[in-house]
Amino acid sequence: MALDAGLVGRSYPPSVVYEVGREKIAEFATAIGDPDPVYRDPAAARAAGHPDVIAPPTFAIVLSLGAGNVVLEDPDVAIDYSRVVHGEQKFVHHRPIRAGDRLVATASVEAVRSVAGNDMLTTRVDLATEDGEPVCRTSSMLVARGTA
Amino acid sequence: MAAVVRSADVEVGTELPEQVTPVTRADLVRYAGASGDFNVIHWNERVATEVGLPGVIAHGMLTAGLAARAVTAWAGDPGALVEYSVRFSRPVVVPDDGVGAELVVRGRVAAVLEDGRVRVDLTVTSGGEKVLSLARAVVALS
Repeated sequence: MALDAGLVGRSYPPSVVYEVGREKIAEFATAIGDPDPVYRDPAAARAAGHPDVIAPPTFAIVLSLGAGNVVLEDPDVAIDYSRVVHGEQKFVHHRPIRAGDRLVATASVEAVRSVAGNDMLTTRVDLATEDGEPVCRTSSMLVARGTA
Repeated sequence: MAAVVRSADVEVGTELPEQVTPVTRADLVRYAGASGDFNVIHWNERVATEVGLPGVIAHGMLTAGLAARAVTAWAGDPGALVEYSVRFSRPVVVPDDGVGAELVVRGRVAAVLEDGRVRVDLTVTSGGEKVLSLARAVVALS
């Protein structure tokens, strides 16, 4: 079943606050095999001009994965999750995510397309501090194979 | 924020050091835990083959995260990577053979933008095949 083009622009309520912890950042950096001290050592991060340890550029996926589920759970979004693969991913960083950030994620539908029998759904997630400072925008394109 | 590489030292065609990274099943388990992506196709051979994959495959975002390392290590400050986009063109199959897969990341400066920013285009291969396409990073150099 093709996705309804009228979904584009639909926005969902903001997530609960996610507090970014130093240990979670270090765990993620280790998982991508990155030894950079700015992910682990507050002094090294400060020497590089950051207020605290920063997160790797792709760490934002941890938040956007969770926040994007609200779109997949929308009954109007007819997509078969068992047939979904990750097609594209984009990050735009207004500033690095850092330890101590209290972030709120807001998801919306950025685009829907059907190409050659495949449904494509692009979900945008805006990450901002709870005070409203924009931190990162992510776009995730999912492909549901053969469902259009 | 201060990248180590200066924009004055970079031109279109400047190449980044090549990065070769092994990817094992243990790496997939570790990334699943760290990212919260527990999709079974990244750790269960039976399910992966049932859904038509050649075997257990790496998380696309693990591949993308490993590829981004080549850029942040070159720039000298991960905070300098301001935009990053990838298309997952082919899965990285990670065999349970004690060796795993190997990811080769090459990058070159493809465009010099305004305000000391450059666009780096990445070529990411595993087993000689491109696994990411349109893999691009915008880096704010000092």
